[in-house]
Amino acid sequence: MSDFERFIHTFFNLEVAARYWPDILSGLGVTAGIGLLVAVSGLALGVALAVLRAMQIRPLSLLIIAFADILRALPPLVLMIIFFFAFPLIGMPMNAFTTVWLTLTLVLAAYAEESMWGGILALPRGQSEAARSTGLTWWQTMTAVILPQAFRIAVPPLTNRVIAISKNVALGSVVALSEVLNNAQSASSLSANPTPLTMAAFAYLLLFLPVMLAARRLERRWQWKV
Amino acid sequence: MSPSPILELVGLHKAYGSLSVLRGIDLRVWPGEMVCVIGPSGSGKSSMLRCCNRLEESTGGQVVVDGVDITRADVDINTVRQHIGMVFQQFNLYPHLTALGNVALALRKVQGKSKAEAETLAMAALERVGLVDKARVYPAQLSGGQAQRVGIARAIVLEPKLILFDEPTSALDPETVGEVLKVMRQLRETGMTMLVVTHEMGFARAAADRVIFMDGGVIVEEGVPAAVFGAPQHERTKAFLARYHAAE
Repeated sequence: MSDFERFIHTFFNLEVAARYWPDILSGLGVTAGIGLLVAVSGLALGVALAVLRAMQIRPLSLLIIAFADILRALPPLVLMIIFFFAFPLIGMPMNAFTTVWLTLTLVLAAYAEESMWGGILALPRGQSEAARSTGLTWWQTMTAVILPQAFRIAVPPLTNRVIAISKNVALGSVVALSEVLNNAQSASSLSANPTPLTMAAFAYLLLFLPVMLAARRLERRWQWKV
Repeated sequence: MSPSPILELVGLHKAYGSLSVLRGIDLRVWPGEMVCVIGPSGSGKSSMLRCCNRLEESTGGQVVVDGVDITRADVDINTVRQHIGMVFQQFNLYPHLTALGNVALALRKVQGKSKAEAETLAMAALERVGLVDKARVYPAQLSGGQAQRVGIARAIVLEPKLILFDEPTSALDPETVGEVLKVMRQLRETGMTMLVVTHEMGFARAAADRVIFMDGGVIVEEGVPAAVFGAPQHERTKAFLARYHAAE
């Protein structure tokens, strides 16, 4: 066997690929599903927290700041392990899917809150004054004037964060979640061949390259000169 | 002149901690009147104006709009503000909305009008400021003068009883000041009541019904433009106008 043949046999082994592609595909489904759910729930919670913080009720703001700082400081892996192994002890058992979804939702929410809050702070005071001067309520001003602008400012950091955190679905292997990387690792152990990991790499590209392109389009579309 | 003023300030005080910026302002603005407020920076002109729709909360005295003291706790300030337009120095247009969207927003959100109805009214307001052709344009593509005219359209579309102008031309290039002042003159001819804080002495002299000179948080002198500019009675007014003429 030549070096090249050995390389192909090791990393692009068609026989192994044929045997394990259903595992990789179902893992891809799990990763994509949780990633999408996390993006939706994490962004929604993050925006909600930023709005609550904008109400400027001091104890509430301090709680939100503490939440955002702690969740951003802790490694998501630690949180996942705590949720999965500690919560059953207080009568709240959590399956692997819920654990991963909840952990990443909270982490994304912490980052999204900071990005949206930064966007809200970046707006000139005159924006809300103009809206209030025409009779809009605080809430109407927030939804019609402040958030649409804050969101545009926050889009580049938010898209980066959504991608980074969705990739953390791979951490779910510690709680035995059947996501892409976990399935690929099992498959490569069983077959004593790393081809399933190559397949996992392609699965990630398949999943995230379109997300990157969409993010880039969103950023371009929502740019405007001030 | 109508028997009751549109706006009446009674002993208005405003303090930030121990710093007193308004120290007892008494002022009446009658229907259809254009009153220009002049005075040095820090004299309290803008604070007074911003107390009139409670963007600033006064710390004493009354702000009576059309017979209602709006400083009272039981007043719904959002309803009151529909009747008091405001035009800002920095325009404060919403950059994510078109000119039309800027003018139509409050019609839709506050008055609950349909999209079609709001846009028809907003178009009419843009026509009054001569900007129908810019309706679909975003603020970033407007010149300063055009942006401020959209700002005026956003105020007049709610058919307010009074419009507050906070140095409407101070952020403009000299060549676009004229178009904004022209719109304000036209507005005055339609009978709109206007309270204008301005540094445009020429405009105040030519267009105002009455001129107020403020300094140190009080009204020092007031009268018709010819009197205030032509024969000021107080030393502080004389000094201010002399400095102004010297700078010209």
